[in-house]
Amino acid sequence: MDMLYKVFIEPFVFMGEAPDLLIQTLWEGLVSGVLYALIALGFVLIFKASGVFNFAQGIMVVFAALTLVGLYEKGVPAFLALILAVLVMLVLAIVVERVVLRPLVNQPDIILFMATFGLTYFLIGFGELIFGGNPKEMITDALFLPQGTTELDMLGGMVRFQHLDIAAAVIASIMIGLLAVFFSKTRIGRALRAVADSHKAALSVGISLNQIWVIVWFAAGIVALVAGIMWGARSGVSFSLQIIALKALPVLILGGFTSIPGAIIGGLIIGVGEKIGEFYWGPLVGGGVETWLAYVIALLFLLYRPQGLFGEKIIERI
Amino acid sequence: MSFRKLGLGLAAATMLAGMALPAFAQDSVYVPLFTYRTGPFAGSGTHIADGMHDYLRMLNERDGGIGGVKLALEECETGYDTKKGVECYESVKGKNPVIVNPWSTGITLPLIPRASVDKIPILSMAYGLSASARGDIFPWVFNPPATYWDGLSMIVKYIGEKEGGLEKLKGKKIGFLHLDAAFGKEPIPLLQEMAKDIGFEVALYPVAAQDMQNQSSQWLSARRDRPDYMIMWGWGSMNGAAVKEAVRSGYPMDKFYSVWWPGEDDARAGGAGAKGFKMLNWHAVGTNFPAIQDIQKHVVDKGLSKAQKDKVGELLYNRGVYNSLLIAEGIAQAQKVTGKKVVTGEDVRRGMENIKLDPARLKELGLEGFTDQLVLSCSDHNGHRAAFMQEWDGTKWVKISKPIEPMTDRVKGQLEAAAKDYADKNAGWPKRSEACDKAS
Repeated sequence: MDMLYKVFIEPFVFMGEAPDLLIQTLWEGLVSGVLYALIALGFVLIFKASGVFNFAQGIMVVFAALTLVGLYEKGVPAFLALILAVLVMLVLAIVVERVVLRPLVNQPDIILFMATFGLTYFLIGFGELIFGGNPKEMITDALFLPQGTTELDMLGGMVRFQHLDIAAAVIASIMIGLLAVFFSKTRIGRALRAVADSHKAALSVGISLNQIWVIVWFAAGIVALVAGIMWGARSGVSFSLQIIALKALPVLILGGFTSIPGAIIGGLIIGVGEKIGEFYWGPLVGGGVETWLAYVIALLFLLYRPQGLFGEKIIERI
Repeated sequence: MSFRKLGLGLAAATMLAGMALPAFAQDSVYVPLFTYRTGPFAGSGTHIADGMHDYLRMLNERDGGIGGVKLALEECETGYDTKKGVECYESVKGKNPVIVNPWSTGITLPLIPRASVDKIPILSMAYGLSASARGDIFPWVFNPPATYWDGLSMIVKYIGEKEGGLEKLKGKKIGFLHLDAAFGKEPIPLLQEMAKDIGFEVALYPVAAQDMQNQSSQWLSARRDRPDYMIMWGWGSMNGAAVKEAVRSGYPMDKFYSVWWPGEDDARAGGAGAKGFKMLNWHAVGTNFPAIQDIQKHVVDKGLSKAQKDKVGELLYNRGVYNSLLIAEGIAQAQKVTGKKVVTGEDVRRGMENIKLDPARLKELGLEGFTDQLVLSCSDHNGHRAAFMQEWDGTKWVKISKPIEPMTDRVKGQLEAAAKDYADKNAGWPKRSEACDKAS
């Protein structure tokens, strides 16, 4: 009986007693969720265009952020380093298309998936060779990323809003919005959607698959750079960031592998869900539920919507 | 298959075997260094690896090794991964290493039962299994100069003194932020025992390795629980992220304590807000010691080190130096007690039991004032030495306490029970058959 009370009643009583902490938890969840969504977006872009689940998206986040910080540490001015980091991601996209994707055209999806595994380990080794394994501090002041905290007295308590978190949420939202407009309103975006629907049909109307792949890998690279800057500013840039990127997996299961809105909504549900779960129910099992709760939430969704919230319903004739 | 092909195949196989097992000269002793310069823990591991390597390399360059015998140094990259660490062990054990230092509690644990079988001493310097301090039960394992349980008891003692006595901790709440791995969980039984005895409450905040840089939940929970003090048992990027999150969440930094693993980079990560963060330590930082200046002269300046010049003398670099000081002293003592120049693992085990790093010996080694004295023996493989508290002043660590002795009365009983329990649970755990030298 006591356990039932602790599971079903006590957390809600506590939410009512300390609404400021509820708001704080929701805010932390939203910020994490937006960042998860940003990482998931990189996966979605590539999956939509090529049907490949890009396992290397996590290390691309680290690689992009390390490139930026590494150049800055070498004395390159911050904004020039930012531009150069974008160019490095463009070069990476071209190299991936030429060296990895093009030779594997018409191979089963699992082969391409395994190729992204290879790419992951290559980028880890290459990154460590160039930048070393030490964690680095993300540039903040020079990129005009705000620091500091606003403390608001509300609901009988206090809620802290980090300026950096607010900036992360705003920048990520703008980024997501721009990508949504780019892929729905522009010619390239329409071409991408055509490729996503059918490679053969797209080829027959003169759309270059190779060009599209470079564009989506480059877009995923930019998304990785933004995600790397934001996560890096919060907690430093190190190779362990790539593990956080795997949190995008339940986000994708939830939102669907092909849906940009799905990545956003999925990210927010996972972000808020895991923070609420850890904060209110974690103590019942000694804490640490955040590590697996996201996957449980995703699994529950899978039971009812295998294609995810916004994914395309798969109908296969057998 | 023709004889020609068979011959070529055999030649190739012989060549490959030769590559896998490089022959180390008979006039040298082989010292493998398990390191991690890659992966999520590289931020801590790299500096330690540099310090470890550079001290031993300096002995080779300056003195021609130890007692006229060169040290054959070889690094094996573990990535702080237990599986890779065990692979490293398997790959080096055929080369007759005189000692192995796993540099991970997770790697140490599976090596403990192998040590006595392979006759290779294990040095887990201030990490690993606390109970392995008992030399009568673990003759092949050494964990000086203090166990994790000693460390925890020192922090609780220090906090208690701040409050006006241990009994004043009654009714207080102590948070324990730890890496959710063997290392981070190691002191929990003692913490819970002390909580019961003294009457304080414990709130555990485990941090999974994959969430080391995503600790907002733990610090939100800390805000809910309002612990009077927070003790951290972290490693790698967890430490820097924790300092940042503590600052972000407004936790009072003067109430935030850590065991001896954060480095300068971790404290710097918190910016100006990290001022007041405290940690245990047992050795000096800086380069103002003849031995470390010799490292600069004979190794770093000659381009024989992988360390960045400005990192020489920082906390984790000097920690690596301390680790190698123990290795070197174990070898030197082994040469002394056996009268041999080229010693074996069995000899170095004896040598470790004869370590006596008193002020005179430290001065002789060019490390006067670097650390407190350390005496190991047949029965005591740890020393249970005191550590001191140091505080981050925004730019550097500042020593803020006298030596804090571990609460031996509380730790000893637990330690003995745990050592006995380990031996009982591991059926057939051998009784110590290794003789004790009179000197120890």
